Amino acid sequence: MYVAVKGGERAIENAHAFLAEVRRGDPAVPELSVAQIREQLALAVNRVMAEGSLYDPDLAALAIRQARGDLIEAVFLIRAYRTTIPRFGVSRPVETAAMACLRRISATFKDLPGGQVLGPTFDYSHRLLDVAPACGDAPVPPAPQAAPGDAPMPHVTGLLDRDGLIEPALPDDTAPPDLTREPLALPAARALRLQALARADEGFLLSLAYSTQRGYGRTHAFVGELRIGPVAVEMEIPELGFAVEIGEVELTECETVNQFTGSRSEPAQFTRGYGLVFGQTERKAIAMALVDRALRWRELGEDDTGAPAQDEEFVLSHCDNIQATGFLEHIKLPHYVDFQAELELIRRLRAEAQARAAEAAP
Amino acid sequence: MTAAAYNFAYLDEQTKRMIRRAILKGIAVPGYQVPFASREMPMPYGWGTGGVQVTAACLTPEDVLKVIDQGADDTTNAVSIRRFFQRTAGVAVTEDTGTATLIQTRHRIPETPLAEGQILVFQVPIPEPLRFLEPREPETRRMHALEDYGLMQVKLYEDIARHGAIATSYAYPVRVEGRYVMDPSPIPKFDNPKLADSPAIQLFGAGREQRIYALPPYTAVVSLDFDDHPFAATRADHPCHLCGATDSYLDEVIVDDQGGRMFVCSDTDHCRKQRPAP
Repeated sequence: MYVAVKGGERAIENAHAFLAEVRRGDPAVPELSVAQIREQLALAVNRVMAEGSLYDPDLAALAIRQARGDLIEAVFLIRAYRTTIPRFGVSRPVETAAMACLRRISATFKDLPGGQVLGPTFDYSHRLLDVAPACGDAPVPPAPQAAPGDAPMPHVTGLLDRDGLIEPALPDDTAPPDLTREPLALPAARALRLQALARADEGFLLSLAYSTQRGYGRTHAFVGELRIGPVAVEMEIPELGFAVEIGEVELTECETVNQFTGSRSEPAQFTRGYGLVFGQTERKAIAMALVDRALRWRELGEDDTGAPAQDEEFVLSHCDNIQATGFLEHIKLPHYVDFQAELELIRRLRAEAQARAAEAAP
Repeated sequence: MTAAAYNFAYLDEQTKRMIRRAILKGIAVPGYQVPFASREMPMPYGWGTGGVQVTAACLTPEDVLKVIDQGADDTTNAVSIRRFFQRTAGVAVTEDTGTATLIQTRHRIPETPLAEGQILVFQVPIPEPLRFLEPREPETRRMHALEDYGLMQVKLYEDIARHGAIATSYAYPVRVEGRYVMDPSPIPKFDNPKLADSPAIQLFGAGREQRIYALPPYTAVVSLDFDDHPFAATRADHPCHLCGATDSYLDEVIVDDQGGRMFVCSDTDHCRKQRPAP
């Protein structure tokens, strides 16, 4: 009996073996390859890269398979691996204006330089479950192709900026802080907030952003622009004295244009919210931009309405799903020592109350 | 990924150095919570990542490690953490409190008194003793800086007014060297007296909350109380069913569905040694 309440190495080993078996599933069904996950579950891979803060589609796909498709568990695997990799430098800021856009839309202008490029999106599909599965490996006909345009695709906010209609985004050469190398200190600068939001849980950001739309810290956001595509990553090599391209990452960038009527300190002009996330991750990028804008209330002289999305400490302390899930799930661990202490306390308080009641009784 | 792919005790040397600096600062300012750049570990936050990082930063190849959870060496998470260090550091492990040079613990202080040269590492979920009175970190840091502990005194007083006793049975707050109020981690208050004047170094690691704090050997640690309601360590009023000890902390085990219970030492090493040889 006593033995049964304790753990035991063999029980753990057996649990691991059981997990390995169910992870694999029916052995008569072929095992998923990492390449299949990377190619066919690309949006799951993107989410794991974004929240794992590591751009490596193959590792993300591997993690998804190992995690049985639990994306937060996959993010956790990637994060734990990521910490073991030495950090050897900082890239130059990526130039999203030079992005080779797979998709680029603006909700604020019907047409604009570079045009609206719809790209691979669910936005215009009817969500009808395709119950007639593609039998076998019938090839998907290739999508029609246009000649790649070489027209530049300037940022919409840049166009508004020329007329002074939107707050200027001034260049800032301050070295960005690194959330993964320094403890979070509050209040946080915007760069640090954006860093935290970029790796934050998509669901948490989605709900917070949604809450601002419903009136809890409303910021009247328009999607000025959403663009998705690869950008070059360049790094200054001190020995060379110039920057070289060391790779390419796919990013989703969302710039919101927010209605703003001016405050005690600022003239009436549009303001900005910003989202930038690894991979094709539109929902997350838009949510990030809305939450970023809501968090800027103090800097813009707006009122604190007490909305959750305005509360920097609340948002930054709770947006990380690896921290959240770990702490949430740790209550599965044994707590019998603490619980025993509580039992003793409650028994004693009850006994005292009963004794008092007995004394008071005639 | 093989264990050989990682540095001794998993963390790279720069990270260990950063953690050691936080530990040294913590020892220099007993009870003060030192922010540190907690790393993501291969076990979940809330499962001992702070303790694991402190242990990793302190371990040397000659160390003998003991890991307990709820006082027991064989609870699942203790087994998991012990294995982690066996795999990544290759250190010797023991269940014997006296033999261990470094003990990582969750929720207990061993019954066997510790000695000079030993290190006790606590896993801490919420390092801030004022957190549930004031949720905001900049505010609680200010309160510590100004020694503004009135809120805590009021909380304890309200407990007495409402329940006739201080209704905190674990993670019972302490004052360190008359200065910082400190959360001793969720140990039962039965263990609080062991914190004071311990010959061992006591280190506290909170991974998710990115804080390290420490009690150097022979530090004055006082459990908060009032003159007319003095602190009292409590335990279940039974002898251990297995070893008969009447001075150890007990776990309650339900043995049937008729209200049957038995009480056994939570410290498995201590209990085994108290039992007559079979």
